[in-house]
Amino acid sequence: MTPLSLLARLGRSTLAALAMIGRVALFTVSAFTHMLRPPYYPRELALSFLQIGWLSLPVVALTAVFTGGALALQIYAGGARFNAEAVVPQIVAIGMVRELGPVLVGLMIAARVTSSIAAEIATMKVTEQIDALVTLSTNPMQYLVAPRVLAALLTVPVLVGIGDIIGIAGGYTVSVHNLGFNSAAYLKNTVDFLEPLDLISSLVKGAFFGVIAATMGCYYGMQSGRGAQGVGSATKSSVEAAAVLILATNFILTGVFFSL
Amino acid sequence: MTAMTNGNAPHPMIKMDQVHKAFGDNRVLRGMDLTIPKGSSMVIIGGSGTGKSVALKSVLGLITPDSGEIYVDGKPAGSGDRDAFLARFGMLFQGGALFDSLPVWQNVAFRLMRGALKRPAHEAREIAIEKLRRVGLKPDVADRLPAELSGGMQKRVGLARAIAAEPEIIFFDEPTTGLDPIMSGVINDLIREIVVEMGATAMTITHDMSSVRAIADNVAMLHDGVIQWTGPVADMDQSGDPYLDQFIHGRAEGPIEAVR
Repeated sequence: MTPLSLLARLGRSTLAALAMIGRVALFTVSAFTHMLRPPYYPRELALSFLQIGWLSLPVVALTAVFTGGALALQIYAGGARFNAEAVVPQIVAIGMVRELGPVLVGLMIAARVTSSIAAEIATMKVTEQIDALVTLSTNPMQYLVAPRVLAALLTVPVLVGIGDIIGIAGGYTVSVHNLGFNSAAYLKNTVDFLEPLDLISSLVKGAFFGVIAATMGCYYGMQSGRGAQGVGSATKSSVEAAAVLILATNFILTGVFFSL
Repeated sequence: MTAMTNGNAPHPMIKMDQVHKAFGDNRVLRGMDLTIPKGSSMVIIGGSGTGKSVALKSVLGLITPDSGEIYVDGKPAGSGDRDAFLARFGMLFQGGALFDSLPVWQNVAFRLMRGALKRPAHEAREIAIEKLRRVGLKPDVADRLPAELSGGMQKRVGLARAIAAEPEIIFFDEPTTGLDPIMSGVINDLIREIVVEMGATAMTITHDMSSVRAIADNVAMLHDGVIQWTGPVADMDQSGDPYLDQFIHGRAEGPIEAVR
């Protein structure tokens, strides 16, 4: 391979990546503009709240409680190396609220919701249900995409808040029952240490991650190729894209909230 | 449904003029011309991959032609209000394209529960049940989900949905694909009866010669992206066109290349 052809290939890949970013950005803008204008589909929105919010609670709760418990054990063991075991409540609180709560909830939503949305919409595309919607004078962006993105925008922050609380509760349970911490002192240290900005950053991250998860599911579903392979590929790509974007956005938002 | 045979040239409901469409290097439509008189039933035949579905979706605006003009009732397709344009059409999709998550009656009444034609739910349900009866389904089917129905029943539900809003133009995409010969005959007869009693203009694409003879007033054969032959169904067997003869008699030998 000559240096020139290598350069050409690099250029093509870069242009393709930029075009992809442009398409996703336009799709996201379109999803938001369709949210704001009628007709509205309350039944679809209610179903999306149920699917994205309520039915995600068990997996979010289990992820958070085990993560909080493991975090307490790790901080206790690590802190013991320099006699700092007492910082467990503070580090569990800040770790869960600032980072692990939003990121793990985001990733679980990407696994559960993004995949489900992408597979559902891709199947609808493959079986011509999207075309059928259009022939029935119904805009798929308005009927399928807008309710899902709006529901994710509103429910994922709530799930993150619940995940934060359950994660802290997991750390508390392990610390009090296994590591010998005093219950009242643990709770007081947790509450005293957390600041409003910690909670705000957590919820804002949740909103961003929710939009990313739903948008990626809808985008890849709508772009699906033909047949079972097309549906599988759309689902896989949507989860990959959502997970990477959630982690990258988390890095950026952490910088915005805590490094300025 | 004898608009082409009653002497005076009737007003064309659909007119395609030099329509071209390519997907990458694959030139599917290469200057397709077609005229469908108001109130007549046109059946388009042709081999797999010859662009029949592309032609049909181009009229609806689901696919945008690269060049050429399409007129509906004398006006360029897609001009004016999109919802009003689509409200003139009903379509039966090849696989039914029923919405999995909705019960049968909501599929049938989909257009009647949203947008400009919206009416109260009980009224929409009554119309849906009446249309289900019209296609030979009992009212107890109304509350079932599409997945609980056989292929033939799904086609009937698709047909009921296509006629629910009493459209002026109805498209049928491979209406008998996947059905046994008896059920194919039933669907063909239903289509014929419904189109006649509604006075609608119909455009059907199919490979099934029994459908052609049951449904068509006029036939057009699409080959190599252009209309190879068109005329009244009564003239089809004496056309003298070698392409049409080969197709309607299902011969492997002839001007159309058959891949073995």
